[in-house]
Amino acid sequence: MLQLDVNKGAGTLASLQRGQSGVIESFDLPGDIVQRMMELGFVPGAHVTAGRGAPGGDPKVFRIDGAEFALRRETAAAIRVRPVPERT
Amino acid sequence: MSDCHDCPAAAVAEPPPRHHHHTVAIVGPPNSGKSTLFNRLTGLRQKVANYPGVTVEQRVGRLRLSHTQQVDLVDLPGVYSLDPRTEDEQITRDVLAGMVGGVPRPTAVILILDSTNLARHLTLAAPVLGLGLPTLVLLNMADDLRSRGGETDTTALAQKLGAPVALVSAARGEGLETVSEFLRGAFAVPAPVELPVLNDVPACRAWARRVSAEHYRAPTPPVWTRRLDGIFLHPLLGALVFAAVVVVVFQTIFAGAVPLMDGVEELVQASGRWIGDRMAPSLVRSLIVDGVWGGVGSVIVFLPQILLLFLFIGLLEDSGYLARAALIADRTMARVGLQGKSFIPLLSAYACAVPAIMATRTIESRRDRIATILIAPFMTCSARLPVYTLVIAAFIPERELLGRLLGSRAAALLGLYVLGFAAAVVTARLLKSSILRSDRRTPFLLEMPPYRWPTPRSIALRLLDRSKVFLRRAGTVILGVSVALCFLANVPPGAGGAPPQIGESLAGTIGRTVEPLIAPLGFNWKIGIGLITSLAAREVIVGTLGTIYGLEGGAQEIGLQEALQRDLTPGGAVALLVFFAFAMQCMSTLAVVRRETGGWKWPALQFAYMTGLAYLCAWGANRLVLALG
Repeated sequence: MLQLDVNKGAGTLASLQRGQSGVIESFDLPGDIVQRMMELGFVPGAHVTAGRGAPGGDPKVFRIDGAEFALRRETAAAIRVRPVPERT
Repeated sequence: MSDCHDCPAAAVAEPPPRHHHHTVAIVGPPNSGKSTLFNRLTGLRQKVANYPGVTVEQRVGRLRLSHTQQVDLVDLPGVYSLDPRTEDEQITRDVLAGMVGGVPRPTAVILILDSTNLARHLTLAAPVLGLGLPTLVLLNMADDLRSRGGETDTTALAQKLGAPVALVSAARGEGLETVSEFLRGAFAVPAPVELPVLNDVPACRAWARRVSAEHYRAPTPPVWTRRLDGIFLHPLLGALVFAAVVVVVFQTIFAGAVPLMDGVEELVQASGRWIGDRMAPSLVRSLIVDGVWGGVGSVIVFLPQILLLFLFIGLLEDSGYLARAALIADRTMARVGLQGKSFIPLLSAYACAVPAIMATRTIESRRDRIATILIAPFMTCSARLPVYTLVIAAFIPERELLGRLLGSRAAALLGLYVLGFAAAVVTARLLKSSILRSDRRTPFLLEMPPYRWPTPRSIALRLLDRSKVFLRRAGTVILGVSVALCFLANVPPGAGGAPPQIGESLAGTIGRTVEPLIAPLGFNWKIGIGLITSLAAREVIVGTLGTIYGLEGGAQEIGLQEALQRDLTPGGAVALLVFFAFAMQCMSTLAVVRRETGGWKWPALQFAYMTGLAYLCAWGANRLVLALG
């Protein structure tokens, strides 16, 4: 069940629509990529907002700590997030 | 240092220089303005080389503090951490530890961070301060920080970090006097209040957040960047802007560069004639005029085009659009196993593979970078055009194909462009599914810097730097080969010391030796000599054939096109075009590939693959034309 969710990208960065935010919970990536992501600010507990992307929607830009990074869908789908209700 | 207090001479003479010749390293994350700072501080007094055995560029520049004091600044590659996971990080770490041959261990560090991104960039401060080297912390882009309503208390921050901290703007040269003050002063080892466990990334980040939370107010989001991204990353508008940028770049490096290139060519030829007129005909004259002048001239002709190309790359990169272009191109490039950052180098390769290969430096993934380097020479560079136009004009009658829209000659030329592109795509797929298969170690990760105005100063420095590299590397190889070939065409001297008939010369002997090898492609020994000379640079074959047919007595009156029509079958002509579309006939490219990949392995493989492919396809084309009659 959980595996299926990951494949569909639900509950991951890849599922965030433009303007939606999430809090990073865990990574489904090899250790040294996780290290690299964390150096860029993608640490557990960090607040990420999805931005615009390439014309097809992939790769997509994510905003974290005032900086913006583009990730491919395959990478974004391996980062689990807890959705954050949209701020008003 | 202060032993001289009671020595009487000290009162009269100047105090001895304390730090005579330091090496100081500039460290910072990507997009922190590190190179801008380096260029600001050293101006034209910089040297570019490669660290031994790796693809990382080594930039060293000199900064004069006074008559007696000067400092060597080392611009290290942009890194997010000092954990050696990429080549860049390994080099940074090794240089800082004094473990790289030829680079003395730095006595101090200038750490440059983006002040508009401090919470994140301070993460790098922890491991750098942990080195125990005297450190100056520069918070760059102060102008941006101010205009977006952010601020920071540098005094309090300096206390926390135990190292001097200054707000600067490297692009505007603001606040940079602190650098000379720091370098002139007594170096003190940093004494930070507390440092996190250094190889624990979350701990370092938490520390950075804590330190910045107290003494820093983050700026408001960059409004203009958001607005511009609304256009440049708009699903429809963004794609249109992207297409327009590509067309403008393409059009300018071709159409726009032509008058400039013609001008340079005219200049080279005129000066060559001027020198030739002043010397008696001899082997030396022919070496100087044809070898040195002709050879170097054939490279210099491409300089305007290359400068225009780097002007565009510079504008795109410094403004921040390059990252958006890479983002938009990523999906398409991914289809052949490459990534968005390969797009601009491959586009550049339509002008010349040499700057294109130098432009692959922005690709962090080593495998993607090498794959891009290996396929770049398949793009139809401008050096192929003289060959294409000559053979097409000689063998393809001008006919209307699509009414006035497309003539048969233009269609043939277009077909050759498509052929090169197809070879590149197939090769990329081949490489990326075999020896250069993407590992999951380097996912596509692209930082989107805010949009900024490029400064003329940094663009100018970049153009100067690239043209220096281009001329030095390409010029030396081409020069050597042209001189050697010119010599071969002139020895052994014929009767009475006159230049030999080309067939009798060493070059002719070599041509006849390779003839059996190229006969199946429909080429005779004269084309053979041309193929060998064009190993130096493709367009050289035109000059060589001119010389050969010129030297052949009776043919002097006949134009080169007619001579070719007489000497080459239609099959041979098509084979020649196909051969030039695929073969790796460019010493400058091979030299640059060797330099950029840090060894002979990749250029050797590239040469063997491209030449083998060219041979097979040219043979096939020749057979096909023969069969079709």
